[in-house]
Amino acid sequence: MPPEAIDSFREEVRAFIDANCPVSLRNPRDGETKPAATQADYDRWRDIMIERGFTTPEWPKEYGGGGLSKPEARVLQQELAAAGTYAPGVSFFGLAMLGPVLLEFGNEEQKAEHLPKISNGQVQWCQGYSEPGAGSDLASLQTRAVRDGDHYIINGSKIWTTNAHHSDWIFCLVRTDPDAAKHDGISFILFDLKSPGVTVSPIQLISGQSDFCQVFFEDVRAEAKNLVGPLNGGWTIAKRLLQHERAMLSGGMPGVGAGPAAKKKSKSKKKVIEQPRSALAEQARPYVGEQDGRLADAALRDRIAQHEMDSLCFGLSLRRSAESAKSGQGPSAATSMFKLYMSEMNKRRAEITMSAMGAAGLGWSGEAFSATERANTRGWLRSKGNSIEGGTSEVQLNIIAKRVLSLPD
Amino acid sequence: MALVLTEEQELLKETAADFCRKTVPVTHLRELRDSKDESGFSRKIWKEMAELGWAGILFPESYGGAELGFAELGVVLEECGRTLAPYPFVSTVLLGGRAVLLGGSDAQKEAILPGVCEGETLLALAFQEAGRFRPFEIETKAESTASGHQISGDKVFVLDGHVADHLIIAARTSGSSGDRDGITLFLVDAGADGLTIERTDMVDNRNAATVKLDGVSVDASAVLGTVDHGADILEPLFDAAAIALSAELVGIVNEVFERTIEYLKTREQFGVVIGTFQALKHRAAEMFCEVELSQAVVLDALRAIDEQRPDLSRLASAAKARLSDTASLVTCEGLQMHGGIGMTDEEEIGLFMKRAKAAELTFGDSSYHRDRFARLTGF
Repeated sequence: MPPEAIDSFREEVRAFIDANCPVSLRNPRDGETKPAATQADYDRWRDIMIERGFTTPEWPKEYGGGGLSKPEARVLQQELAAAGTYAPGVSFFGLAMLGPVLLEFGNEEQKAEHLPKISNGQVQWCQGYSEPGAGSDLASLQTRAVRDGDHYIINGSKIWTTNAHHSDWIFCLVRTDPDAAKHDGISFILFDLKSPGVTVSPIQLISGQSDFCQVFFEDVRAEAKNLVGPLNGGWTIAKRLLQHERAMLSGGMPGVGAGPAAKKKSKSKKKVIEQPRSALAEQARPYVGEQDGRLADAALRDRIAQHEMDSLCFGLSLRRSAESAKSGQGPSAATSMFKLYMSEMNKRRAEITMSAMGAAGLGWSGEAFSATERANTRGWLRSKGNSIEGGTSEVQLNIIAKRVLSLPD
Repeated sequence: MALVLTEEQELLKETAADFCRKTVPVTHLRELRDSKDESGFSRKIWKEMAELGWAGILFPESYGGAELGFAELGVVLEECGRTLAPYPFVSTVLLGGRAVLLGGSDAQKEAILPGVCEGETLLALAFQEAGRFRPFEIETKAESTASGHQISGDKVFVLDGHVADHLIIAARTSGSSGDRDGITLFLVDAGADGLTIERTDMVDNRNAATVKLDGVSVDASAVLGTVDHGADILEPLFDAAAIALSAELVGIVNEVFERTIEYLKTREQFGVVIGTFQALKHRAAEMFCEVELSQAVVLDALRAIDEQRPDLSRLASAAKARLSDTASLVTCEGLQMHGGIGMTDEEEIGLFMKRAKAAELTFGDSSYHRDRFARLTGF
């Protein structure tokens, strides 16, 4: 794309933000004051962004997307960030995981039916992958789907289904040929969670939170037209979707504090040099104290420095990977590396936070501990799932050894 | 600047890789070592490198340089790292030559830089006085005299000191050891009276020397930069040298990692290739992550020098700390995975380990740079 075209698109985006983004949701300009955002502001911004397709900027326009090229999408992202605003969130699993595989594997009818409802946030999706007996060994899944006229009848159970209790539809791996080899009898199907026979029950985690569910299917009828890709050809789609999931998880994970990708970018390169800061060190300072301007605990300070450096290297590596990927290329096997590293880094960050807080990090509830302290404690526990969800760290190591290093079986 | 190579840089990389494989493979270092070569490298080959524009890669065209940048120098050093080419980039280009470029008078630049770019003149920076890297712990004294200064003190680990034509001596003109202020740089002829230079035998088979200064007299024109403000020149030199060594370490790390993976695919034990064992697969995959995470930070740090970015020092520390650690990991794991053969002098893994350790301990190891990184990040 010629630089002039990029420049003129940039102007267009700026004008769009100027004309449409409520001041309560962006940086005020000279002379403006920033009021508190109202629900009407959020709704207005969301509706306009959806109308332009900017919630799914790179999807084709006919499916509710923005029809942008990769460089244009980058410009949109940069300009939203520069204005201090954001793209409103729509269905996360739909956006980052199902959407890309539907674009690649779905038929015309499926794309036309489902993609616009992801783009406009009308349908929330969840992921029916793991089962009680099929965790790391995902392909041993047993949930059955048997053809009955225009439908499949589904029986079985899915576990670790994130946000199933707040979702409308599920994309689900089911066994359609029990006699085939385990990777060859799997299909990828979509159905409505409000169908009769579906029971969703949230699972309480060690952190006290319940963002995961177990979902039970008893003679659930799913329309056959919603089986994506070839019958018994679901494993290829399943793996592709996992790559998208890993790419997504590399950008940030639930747990303590923010990952590198979630950090605020400086608004302008031309600005006067700002002293770089470590959020982790700032958080530790009141607990640990200072000596000659340094954190008083030398060993902890070293751990924080190591973590901040890893985080810096991680961010630069993600950038390099994005810059060297040819446009239109999906995530590669090396995504496993980012997923793995992000998980382990996030867990280390949480451990460091706990070390810094001392006994102040041991509160569970009540006013004796601040809300941040309690959140950090629970975040530390939640972070332990990072190296399990979306494929354990050990599974990622297997993928790297096989697909990247080509080590023999 | 993007963290990928431009077309020109890709071409340079090919040229450098080709040259290093053909002219200075690892066996070249071994030959120099076994023949107890007096220089420690071939002057003829250094001239060839100069003809390719590498000796003058950082210097203005007016002095015969190629006037490229650190992004390009990094490309060359990475390839030199892959074959352990023992050539005087650090001493002559990054320390000596650049000190003259940053601090020298027009007369000093004209006297020194053309020879550097041609591969004729060799330089060395004598600053260090003890084993560990503590940049401003300098006790060597330069007393004022009627015509200039008289310098006395002892220097260690002077890279390429025994072959240098000129030394740049960091000496104290005021203050005391550890002070940033009060250091002055002097450009001194290697044959000056009162100067004793003795080569030291190093584990990586490269060149370093101890330098004794016993009342070395220099006139006022020997001062490089401003009296008492030598640190203004030294600091950017150390940052750039740390980044350049990191680039060399990237080459070492990539080479050792690739060789080790190849070995896992060919070495058989218990009737199968050892790369089938999950105990080794996981360690190899973990190494892959560390190796991958070590590439972009060096590319960015090299570009930070070219762009004169304010975060340069912080990036220098991040790059040097990470590459020091990754090189230590990969050479240790590489040797272990080679088993007994890895312990032999015949296998080249050990040579990589030796050079990696020397590069790790030069211009600050990872704990030095973590401390510095923390300071520069305000904690």
